[in-house]
Amino acid sequence: MTQPMRIRAKLKGDEVEAKILIQHDMETGLRKTADGTKIPPHFIKTLIVKYDDKVVLESVMGIAVSKDPFLSFTFNGGAKGGTLSVTWIDNFDETRTDTVIVD
Amino acid sequence: MREHIGNSNSEVLNQSVSKRDFLRLSAAFSLAVVAGFYGIKDVAAAEWKASNFNAKSLKDTLKELGAEGYTISKDVAVDSAEIAENGAVVPVSISSAIPNTEYMAILVEKNPNPLATAFTIPAGTIANIKTRIKMGETSNVLALVKANGKWFAASKEIKVTLGGCGG
Repeated sequence: MTQPMRIRAKLKGDEVEAKILIQHDMETGLRKTADGTKIPPHFIKTLIVKYDDKVVLESVMGIAVSKDPFLSFTFNGGAKGGTLSVTWIDNFDETRTDTVIVD
Repeated sequence: MREHIGNSNSEVLNQSVSKRDFLRLSAAFSLAVVAGFYGIKDVAAAEWKASNFNAKSLKDTLKELGAEGYTISKDVAVDSAEIAENGAVVPVSISSAIPNTEYMAILVEKNPNPLATAFTIPAGTIANIKTRIKMGETSNVLALVKANGKWFAASKEIKVTLGGCGG
């Protein structure tokens, strides 16, 4: 089960500021449970952010990205009412896409 | 990639066309077609490559990325607090004022695998990204930037009082 992302996209002047908070454990594979069994790695590998079907950011991630990954960046060419979509895929091939309207 | 195609090609010409050579050649050609379609740099940057993330030293990671010849640039910056109290959540910003910045990466020198994350920056996106990373111990953190086919970097030491790599 994947959890919904929290995404904000706000027009500031002629730039859109995007803030993305993903709910994901980002397990490193280095941790152990109390009884000593290794917790297998479980982490997001790729992330794509699109504004109205145009890619505005792509990212690849390793285990050193914090639990519940956060990303913030800005891009040109956006307008109020446009759609920002964020898609991630993890190492279990789980994937999730959430969208938000630029305000 | 072109070299690789060239090599397979001449091998095929010099020897009899075995099945393996044929497969190799067709693989090389399909790669070339894919690379030609997307543009080689896009394929390389957007792809999750195990060899980049599994490299165990800064030197090896830079080698895997093909970024060994980087130059330190004042137009690249790593921004963070001087001291991170919790290594599991270290807020870091990386930015580049170099025109045509197409790729940025965050490398933590003393993490078990230095490459933390990397970004492909299309035209129109500002090369300034804020995220949160894990750090096992106090370390230099490198912002690595590719622009116009050249590599640039900036480095900052971030002190960690409590490591964040578990265990």
